[in-house]
Amino acid sequence: MELEHVSHDHWSPILGRLWFDAIPMEPIVWATFAGVAVGGIALVAALTYFKLWGYLWKEWFTSVDHKKIGIMYMVLGLVMFVRGFADAIMMRLQQAMAFGGNEGYLNAHHFDQVFTAHGVIMIFFAAMPFVTGLMNYVVPLQIGARDVSFPFLNNFSFWMTTAGAVIIMMSLFLGEFGQTGWLAYPPLSGIAYSPWVGVDYWIWALQIAGVGTLLSGVNLVATIVKMRAPGMTMMRMPIFTWTALCTNILIVAAFPVLTAVLCMLSLDRYMGFNFFTNDFGGNSMMYVNLIWIWGHPEVYILILPLFGVFSEVTSTFSGKRLFGYSSMVYATMVITILSYVVWLHHFFTMGSGASVNSFFGITTMVISIPTGAKLFNWLFTMYRGRIRFELPMMWTVAFMLTFTIGGMTGVLLAVPPADFVLHNSLFLIAHFHNVIIGGVVFGVFAGINYWWPKAFGFKLDPFWGKVSFWMWVPGFYAAFMPLYVLGLMGVTRRMRMFDDPSLQPFFIVALLGAVMIAAGIGAMFVQFYVSIRNKEKLRDESGDPWDGRTLEWATSSPPPEYNFAFTPRVHDIDAWADMKRCGVTRPTQGFKAIHMPKSTATGVVLAGLSVGLGFAMIWYIWWLAIASFVGILGYGIFHTFNYKRDYHIPVEEVVETENTRTRQLAQAAA
Amino acid sequence: MADTQTRPEELAGKHMHASAHSHGHDEHDGAAHGSMREYVIGFLLSVVLTAVPFWLVMSGAIADKQATALVIMAFAIVQIVVHMIYFLHMNTKSEGGWTMMALIFTVIIVVIALSGSLWVMYHLNYNMMPSMSEMGQLP
Repeated sequence: MELEHVSHDHWSPILGRLWFDAIPMEPIVWATFAGVAVGGIALVAALTYFKLWGYLWKEWFTSVDHKKIGIMYMVLGLVMFVRGFADAIMMRLQQAMAFGGNEGYLNAHHFDQVFTAHGVIMIFFAAMPFVTGLMNYVVPLQIGARDVSFPFLNNFSFWMTTAGAVIIMMSLFLGEFGQTGWLAYPPLSGIAYSPWVGVDYWIWALQIAGVGTLLSGVNLVATIVKMRAPGMTMMRMPIFTWTALCTNILIVAAFPVLTAVLCMLSLDRYMGFNFFTNDFGGNSMMYVNLIWIWGHPEVYILILPLFGVFSEVTSTFSGKRLFGYSSMVYATMVITILSYVVWLHHFFTMGSGASVNSFFGITTMVISIPTGAKLFNWLFTMYRGRIRFELPMMWTVAFMLTFTIGGMTGVLLAVPPADFVLHNSLFLIAHFHNVIIGGVVFGVFAGINYWWPKAFGFKLDPFWGKVSFWMWVPGFYAAFMPLYVLGLMGVTRRMRMFDDPSLQPFFIVALLGAVMIAAGIGAMFVQFYVSIRNKEKLRDESGDPWDGRTLEWATSSPPPEYNFAFTPRVHDIDAWADMKRCGVTRPTQGFKAIHMPKSTATGVVLAGLSVGLGFAMIWYIWWLAIASFVGILGYGIFHTFNYKRDYHIPVEEVVETENTRTRQLAQAAA
Repeated sequence: MADTQTRPEELAGKHMHASAHSHGHDEHDGAAHGSMREYVIGFLLSVVLTAVPFWLVMSGAIADKQATALVIMAFAIVQIVVHMIYFLHMNTKSEGGWTMMALIFTVIIVVIALSGSLWVMYHLNYNMMPSMSEMGQLP
């Protein structure tokens, strides 16, 4: 296929660069659009028919309750995960087809967008919302708090993340997305080589979502530092809270670097600066250097909270206190610091000398030590434990096996001479999917299965959960083990078609693996559906279905809006296990009115205006950019005059809720 | 001293967090609040620390450009410290030592990022753009 050069020079004061040529000339995109439009109209119609808009607006969208925001993050993550997976399976299909002169079904322009969108969406809009959602839901409950430190800010953060997701979804149907790979290295991402809107969509989606991520990082750090229940010293915090603390410290320290790099790239693209251009003293390697100073900590931002999930799950389902609590804490802290001194291993091949490469090679190998220590802690927790192989524990065991393999190939890549051979090959792709799927995705599924009963009051259906598990785990191995082999044979990433027919069987196996994973994802949605349908059978009245050890299991499922009628007192690690052991009885009287933060629409409004700002900047619609920027500032200032920020839950209501809980507990015990 | 006035409040505020009244309020839980005197000192210092670099550049008082840049950087660092002490009211004891801890962490990260970048980029230039005489000696 010849490369056709399309020029998009049109500009008008009203619509900027937006013109009819913004409609992508891709039948696949039209079909997708038709599907999305029909689905969207059906959804809107259903919501209208069942009169759910008011409920959604009042109870969810404007809510500042950390539990609801946490659930909304998980929903956002799931939706974007499906989108990201659609990109993945398209790539697998293309690569399995495009052999021996066959061009496959995706042209180069489309294929390049697909692999870029897949990476960006999976990291920023699937994994990050999952991680933030779990932390949002669980951390305040685990530390015995009623909400996060800044409840409105939490709602605002969520909507900013969603705004970023909306912008990235727009790029599918209007204009194009970047064709640069997920980190958009210049000079390719510079205005000279990516003149149209693709990279701008990328920049603004990330900048706007980044505001949300950073603010939720600040929020959770403040929450964990300031709002722990009395008696919960740092060394009595649940491990998940510890990992959440370290993750959010990483977020606060790392995301400003991303913001700054994106600003510099924007200046290059919009204002003719030369930070990263080929000429006038620009240095594109500086971009690579800076973005990985953010990028490597980002990897640990993703995995650390899931290490926390696995720790909670292992100790709960082994019926034992976690082995080596303090070593787990120190390992987490060491990883937090070390994650800042390994970034160069992402670009060993850029041409630094032996001393630089060996320094970063050694730090990279060193970081596997605390990670290995964690693995042994989990194994020793299981050792002589009374292990129950429920779904969360199954995902945890799958994680231990899979992550260990991924970790070992990682150490292999940490050797600079080996990296010179494997850099940007499919071996690398296999490695990081091995740790991200084996670590983050399996961890999220463990977390969903573990905390679902807390969030909704009934367990998830184990049968369909197991179907999902047995599709996912072998599917993962089928999809990625061939890539290791291909990578060792020298196949590089992001290839659209291949000449050597002997490679094709590997790609076909990988495609079959991806199809199994698709079945696993499908089974998970069936699991949700079946569980909701059978919720009376799966109901858990106790609030503690797994014989849990930490404070979130001390309250009802789902917890009341205020989480705890009385702030719990903590005397030991695993506070709830300690309370159960000591036979602490739940107070049934002496309740007081509870002071709570009030819902507000400001988060939705500001995020909506931010979508406008991002859209205007992408399409050079300057009047709209100015208007929405002024709107954001104006509405932000207007919000500061809103003094109706709090209310009290009347004592009668608290008494009623708690009495219901007393009856519920009696029923569960009977 | 303004400092001693704020301290009891700080101690009292420290254990407020677990109470029912921890959100939505306009209360300040324990951060120090500086006096007028402190703000004026801070303001004057930052004006001086801003004016001097401007003057250095505009008058060209130091002939060497690189030396000027280094002096300006030094002023900038002092400026950061002034802001932290007089405007952010940071000291070793505020917020039960957490601000100090956060500061130390920040400094470590910033030093790693800056010195690391300088080292990496310097090394890259050195390796990738050898002069013609060095070309022959490369392994």
